[in-house]
Amino acid sequence: MTHRMAIAALSVIGFFISLYLWLWKVGFLGLLACGDGGCETVQLSEYADFLGVPVPFWGMVGYVVLLGVSLVGLQPRWVERREPTLLMALVSGVGVGFTAYLSYLEAAVIHAWCRWCIASAVIIALIFVMALAGMRATSRAPQPR
Amino acid sequence: MAQSRNLKPFYLGLVVLAVAGAAGIWWARQSSRDAGPREVGPVPVSATAFEGYTLGSDSAPVEIIEYSNFACPWCAQFAILTKPDVRERLISAGMVRWVYRDFLLGGHDAGNLAHQAAACTGEQGLFWPMHDQLFYNQRRWMEGRRPGRTFRGYARDLGVNMDQYDDCMDEQRYLGRILATKEQALTMGIQSTPTFIIGGLMVAGAISYDSLRALVTRAMPAESQ
Repeated sequence: MTHRMAIAALSVIGFFISLYLWLWKVGFLGLLACGDGGCETVQLSEYADFLGVPVPFWGMVGYVVLLGVSLVGLQPRWVERREPTLLMALVSGVGVGFTAYLSYLEAAVIHAWCRWCIASAVIIALIFVMALAGMRATSRAPQPR
Repeated sequence: MAQSRNLKPFYLGLVVLAVAGAAGIWWARQSSRDAGPREVGPVPVSATAFEGYTLGSDSAPVEIIEYSNFACPWCAQFAILTKPDVRERLISAGMVRWVYRDFLLGGHDAGNLAHQAAACTGEQGLFWPMHDQLFYNQRRWMEGRRPGRTFRGYARDLGVNMDQYDDCMDEQRYLGRILATKEQALTMGIQSTPTFIIGGLMVAGAISYDSLRALVTRAMPAESQ
């Protein structure tokens, strides 16, 4: 149960980081608080869109899904079940893979680092670790019928 | 049992996090508005540095320097939506002399090639028509497979001497100059595109015509107003 609560809290933080980057991308915010301009370089690169949609939007979608599943997983009907944790591990696993690819692009292709993207990468990695830990814990517990 | 755990403090914590996040974004929006234009010192231009591509009269009372990138969507937005007004109402009216300077962005091979194509076209006096072509067709060439070929097509349509253009592109004749312009911009604290320097004020972002007009009025000598 604790891992689901932690995932929910991390998802909220991750969502707002993605929202911040997305709002800048769509022109709602004038300047990014980034320090060295790396965020702009990354956000303006040709890799900043995925399937025609800005990458931060996909981040928002992912974090909303994780938040939703974690909250459902806290409800009495689901709290003893493994499925929510399994789904969170799956979604965050995809997120970790995608983030790793984006980090590779930043390091090897774009040659610029976006600090907010790194923060998001850390959050999704933590969520993945929490989900794995939760899976391990729930696999020991007997499943309700 | 787990169900008996009181989740109210947890939900309250989530709400606090959400409110903090929303407040952070609201603050970011307000501060980027309140920051407004930033004062900069005189724009340093060394004797050997490239001044930029110019439009308008040398005797215009206000000079605007634009640092821009052909692959940047806000630069294209500014070029398409705002610049026609600027050209007609400020530059043609003799109030403003416009200077365009390249600002390369990392990870944009096509964009960097576009700056070279514009420079090679500019060598034959056709920078501004090429500038328009590149911005108006930005999406097309950025999504295309062979941007170099697309740029060559634009150059041919504009009537440039293609042998000269091809030699220029093959030699990367202006790459050094373009990179030097960016280095100079970085020393001035420019971090993003488009950035404008209007009478000693640095303004980042695709500002509206009205904002730009207000800054021009502010920069204009009293006797010219």
